[in-house]
Amino acid sequence: MKAFLMHRDRDVDLAGELPANSDALEQDLELAVLFAGMGAGDGFMSEVAKRALLLSLRDPEAIIYRQQILTDCLEQPAVVRELYGLAGEALNAQRSVWGGILRDSPRAILSTSVAKMELFVGFLRRLREMADEHASRFSSPGFTRFFAMLGEELDEEYFTLVEDHLKTLRFKGGMLMSARLAAGNKGKGYKLRWPREQGLLGRVFDRSGYSFTVPDRDMTAFKVLSELEDRGVNLVANALSQSVDHVHSFFTMLRGEIGFYVGCLNLRERLAAQGQPTVFPVPVGREELALSARGVYDVCLALTTGKDVVGNDVDADHKSLVMITGANQGGKSTFLRSVGLAQLMTQCGMFVGAESLRVNVCDGVFTHYKREEDETMESGKLDEELARMSEIANHIGAGCMLLCNESFAATNEREGSQIAREVVTALLDEGVKVLFVTHLFDLADGLYRRRLESALFLRAERGADGARPFKLSEAEPLRTSYGEDSYRKIFGAAARAT
Amino acid sequence: MTSSDGRGSHASATFRSILFDRDAGSIDALASVPEFFADLHLDQVVAALTAGREEYRLAPFFCWPLHSVEAVHYRHHVLSELESEPVLEAVRAFAEGMRRRRKHLDLMSKLHYVRQKRRWFLEACSVYCSTVTAFAYRLAELELRSRGFVGLRDYVTAYTVSDVFTSLLAQTRDVEEALAEITYAVQIRGNRVRVSRYEAEPDMSEEIERTFAKFKEGAVTDYRVRMTESAHMNHVEAQILDLVARLFPEPFSRLDEYCSRHGEYLDETIDRFDREVQFYLAYLEYIEPLKKNGLAFAYPRVSARSKDVRGTEAFDLALAAKLVADGSVVCNDFHLSDPERILVVSGPNNGGKTTFARMFGQLHYLASLGLPVPGTDARLFLPDRIFTHFEREEDIETLRGKFEDELFRIHEILEQATGGSVLIMNESFGSTTLRDALVVGTEVMRHVIDLDALCVFVTFVDELASLAESTVSMMSTVVPEDPAIRTYKVVRKPADGLAYAAAIAEKYGLTYGRLRDRIAT
Repeated sequence: MKAFLMHRDRDVDLAGELPANSDALEQDLELAVLFAGMGAGDGFMSEVAKRALLLSLRDPEAIIYRQQILTDCLEQPAVVRELYGLAGEALNAQRSVWGGILRDSPRAILSTSVAKMELFVGFLRRLREMADEHASRFSSPGFTRFFAMLGEELDEEYFTLVEDHLKTLRFKGGMLMSARLAAGNKGKGYKLRWPREQGLLGRVFDRSGYSFTVPDRDMTAFKVLSELEDRGVNLVANALSQSVDHVHSFFTMLRGEIGFYVGCLNLRERLAAQGQPTVFPVPVGREELALSARGVYDVCLALTTGKDVVGNDVDADHKSLVMITGANQGGKSTFLRSVGLAQLMTQCGMFVGAESLRVNVCDGVFTHYKREEDETMESGKLDEELARMSEIANHIGAGCMLLCNESFAATNEREGSQIAREVVTALLDEGVKVLFVTHLFDLADGLYRRRLESALFLRAERGADGARPFKLSEAEPLRTSYGEDSYRKIFGAAARAT
Repeated sequence: MTSSDGRGSHASATFRSILFDRDAGSIDALASVPEFFADLHLDQVVAALTAGREEYRLAPFFCWPLHSVEAVHYRHHVLSELESEPVLEAVRAFAEGMRRRRKHLDLMSKLHYVRQKRRWFLEACSVYCSTVTAFAYRLAELELRSRGFVGLRDYVTAYTVSDVFTSLLAQTRDVEEALAEITYAVQIRGNRVRVSRYEAEPDMSEEIERTFAKFKEGAVTDYRVRMTESAHMNHVEAQILDLVARLFPEPFSRLDEYCSRHGEYLDETIDRFDREVQFYLAYLEYIEPLKKNGLAFAYPRVSARSKDVRGTEAFDLALAAKLVADGSVVCNDFHLSDPERILVVSGPNNGGKTTFARMFGQLHYLASLGLPVPGTDARLFLPDRIFTHFEREEDIETLRGKFEDELFRIHEILEQATGGSVLIMNESFGSTTLRDALVVGTEVMRHVIDLDALCVFVTFVDELASLAESTVSMMSTVVPEDPAIRTYKVVRKPADGLAYAAAIAEKYGLTYGRLRDRIAT
């Protein structure tokens, strides 16, 4: 029994390792803001959102599968939130079952598991009832399958069987077990057996054989008997406890999968309240280079400032290199982040912050940003930058995307440009899509002069009033006269040192 | 002679021992630790060899050198066959089985309830039967040539088809099967316990698993509690067992009958082999890591007459065991051909002289144990005795006291040594003046020369190296460019106490020319 609401054919990955570039992505694109916005105070939900975003889908169909489910969610937010609540309640309830003092006794383990399972059965019944009531209002393949499964698997007959079993495991009528003679003629392989005659308690003992009675005062003997019972119960306790775990993980998965969609609901509600548009993007396969957007904006900036955030248009279909140059405060970084966010949000099946977006899926998003905190570092900044790029090179490959923000600006322009040029050229030749924000005129200009079909050069210009950034426009790199000031300001100590 | 039931050797074949070509009887009472063991670090080697094998009491075998070439060859042949993987595997499996048998019997002796003791006895017999059967089977498949193993195989083969063994085997299996078939049911309700036949009631845990199968996930936690398993039985278990026996009287009466019939079933020769073969296994296991690290071992050509000896790429076995992990074992060569008898070793301290001397002694002793020796090739003499004289740190009193003590010990050695002995003299008189060392050393050396015994003489006295045509000079060496670095190579070379001093002076700029220049500027 699987919810399968995140993937058509498998569970969501709630615990596996995240991609190597995750920390850098989170830091450079300020993803924490996004996760917090989705979680809306629910830490588990933030975590689920984070994993969904970082464990990108690479197949447009898989993305559509989630978009359809999310569409259902947007139409039935109350039911979806109730499902999420139910799963959480079930997990909480069983947590409150006290394990007892004798944790190392199979009988204690068994009785704890019986109690937990009894609780779970109650929640499974409620889940079933919700399915009966709401199924008809959902139309996505994911939800349709999910509700149908609940109806089939959790029928009344099944609940009767389970309740009956749980009752038997209370052993009101004594215990029957089989054993064999092992080494030294000691009994071994004790297995609890299902008594054939049920109902009449006495019947269980109405068998042939020989019996003896342990004297009331023989405490040692009673201890031995309970130990024997433990041996008999051991496998059953194991089986039931594992079953409890399985049901537990069913609810955990359900909570994790629904949690992602509830996170999407939260985010959508906030952005809508701020008047920011959202739209389901059109994902295309990686064999086509696509990036065209209207009004793509930085969702995190919108969440942080709470103000109206202006988006950019970009037409970079068939482009594998986008170089962004131009003035400070010209919105270059914001643009770069909005594209990165849109890419990640697309590939987890979400809507994006834009009026429209059509983009190809990529095999991995990587970021190489100038790091503010580097100024306090003792070791050479260029070393550190090169080390990070080398680490990226360990993981990046054809079909991936790299976002560079002021990379290799830690040294002088000539040296930085030379390094960057070789890096960028190598990446492009290896089939990586590169978006590069830079002040390095030598770099940008050199690439511009190559007149590459697949390269797009955008330039940011400060607005006349200085307060609001102009939109980016396609333009060749400009040798700027105010570069030196910015250079000093941005590069800090390193600039002074050179 | 075959004894129908009693403990004894099945004697249709003549094989007696895998260690001795001629039956020497038991050496256990006779063997004692040789005096030179500590000086040659053979005490360390033997301690390592016997560690973990205490039950076999191997020390006497390692303290019992052989004096005949035939006896040595007997072991060489056995051991070289044992070095082939199939033979080694067969022997190891056999030893493992015998060890398990002993464990079962040990346990049996500690138990209280008769029905339990008897089952362990049966188990011990069962292990013995399978072990011997499997061993015979594997030996028969092997292509064996050594007298020792061929004799063993014939013996074991004859034993396994003997009436004694075949009836033991058949009855053991019979009783085992009868007991293994028993499945019973125990019902517990309050203080009542009932033992009855098991009537194929369904397994509860399987039923539970089936019920919840639809929720099944990949990874599962194991909730089974590890129940403490005691070999002992308490009175409730014993009561249950008695009822099981009442329920299934036939198998249990067969067990009783079996135990009264088979008291002493262990064959003496097989038991002896089990112990003795460990001598070889211990050594093979000890040298295995050394061989893996590229160190060679060779079966030496041995002679009880010729004192033409040689060792190629030989090394100190005890030291190698410690250093092998770093790969820093240094090998050395030596050879003596008529009329040479004495290796006089001099050179810089800590340069491997003592190690070299020890190695020479070890090689001769190991050869007399019939074992392969460190080195790629060796030709060695079977000495009547080995004597060592190493400086003793512990009894430093006065200088004179120590000198006299050393002389006393050397005198004792020379009294007992013969031309067939091997002498290892390490830094004798190291604690005296050069003049005393020269005078007394020369005297002692003359004695050794007259004895015509093989000897290694480590000394700082150059002159001793060229006393007679029977002396050969060897020196420990250093790296020419950096005299502070020892090579631990000891090579044939005329004694030259000044060579090292010159080198080290050069390094520190204190040679005549350098020092003048420096003083001048």
